[in-house]
Amino acid sequence: MKILIVDDFSTMRRIIKNLLRDLGFTNTDEADDGNTALPMLKSGKYDFLVTDWNMPGMSGFDLLKAVRADENLKTLPVLMVTAEAKRDQIVAAAQAGVNGYVVKPFTAAVLKEKIEKIFERIQ
Amino acid sequence: MSDEKKIHRDLEPEVTEKLRHQSAELAQCVESGDYAGAMNLINQLSEVRDQSLYREVGRLTRSLHEAIRNFQIDPRSQEQKEVLSLMTDASDRLAYVVQMTGQAANRTMDLVEESMPIANILREDAASLREEWQRLGRREMQPAEFRELYGRVDAFFLSVTKDADTIYNSFSEILLAQDFQDLTGQVIQRVTALVKEVEEQMLSLVVMASHVDQLTGTVHQIDNEEVSAEQGVGPQMKAEEREDVVSGQNDVDDLLSSLGF
Repeated sequence: MKILIVDDFSTMRRIIKNLLRDLGFTNTDEADDGNTALPMLKSGKYDFLVTDWNMPGMSGFDLLKAVRADENLKTLPVLMVTAEAKRDQIVAAAQAGVNGYVVKPFTAAVLKEKIEKIFERIQ
Repeated sequence: MSDEKKIHRDLEPEVTEKLRHQSAELAQCVESGDYAGAMNLINQLSEVRDQSLYREVGRLTRSLHEAIRNFQIDPRSQEQKEVLSLMTDASDRLAYVVQMTGQAANRTMDLVEESMPIANILREDAASLREEWQRLGRREMQPAEFRELYGRVDAFFLSVTKDADTIYNSFSEILLAQDFQDLTGQVIQRVTALVKEVEEQMLSLVVMASHVDQLTGTVHQIDNEEVSAEQGVGPQMKAEEREDVVSGQNDVDDLLSSLGF
């Protein structure tokens, strides 16, 4: 299981990386925005994408849309972990095909629950 | 009508006096056919109109300058003094806050990442020793095995003492890593005060400008453009009081399940 973590703040990437390691996912890579993440996703054979929304360059929402529009990536499970809390945004993310939405600040238990739910649905 | 009264009340008395005086003169000039004199008076009138705006802008500039000059932080040590004296504007100060909080977060995570494996090893060692201990309790142990267990228990006690010290020291350093809040709190409070001051001055400028607009009859077309949330708008304040914002993960889950998720 190879996971890409996308967030513009290195501290948040580190927190997510640590939580994922506790859940048994040790194969993780990091990117600081959509522009860096997209080429990695296209060449890297990732099984799961965890992304923030608000980032300089390409936002997580645009990254989600780009992933869904790409023939090879469109089924990639995407979990959004973000401080964006407007109802409209959550609806928009759902319509764009997000698989899970975790609002910051979050707990380890919530992250675990959402990830497990996503994998349950895939299997 | 009430608007007009408001203008009279809010303009400075000398300005209204001047206006009244000159408009009477203007009427006289027009009546007597002195159009050159009338044009001259009209020019003077518009000068009067602008004067109070200029005065307000001047006052604003002075108080903004004052506010920026007063924007200082009391440094506690030579190191802080050097750092702070280099920062002359609010954005530099905020960048300093980002840097300080980032450092503290990373230092904390370094220490946590060092301590977690220690806790893991302690747990594993204790679990395996307990198994052996229970075998001893059930009298399933040979004397040689017991001697080995005795040695392991003794070593375990030693490592618990050492590891507890390491973890305790990490906790203590994590505690110290939170000292950024003192300095960043000071910086943010100063920046907030500056922003408030600028906002108040801006507001007086807007009020002044609206008086000029009323005098000149200028109407501005203001487009209230809704900012798109697609690029992200960051954390929302006072989420509990707002309908358009979720106030936690439970709200998100409810919203998503209402959409069939």
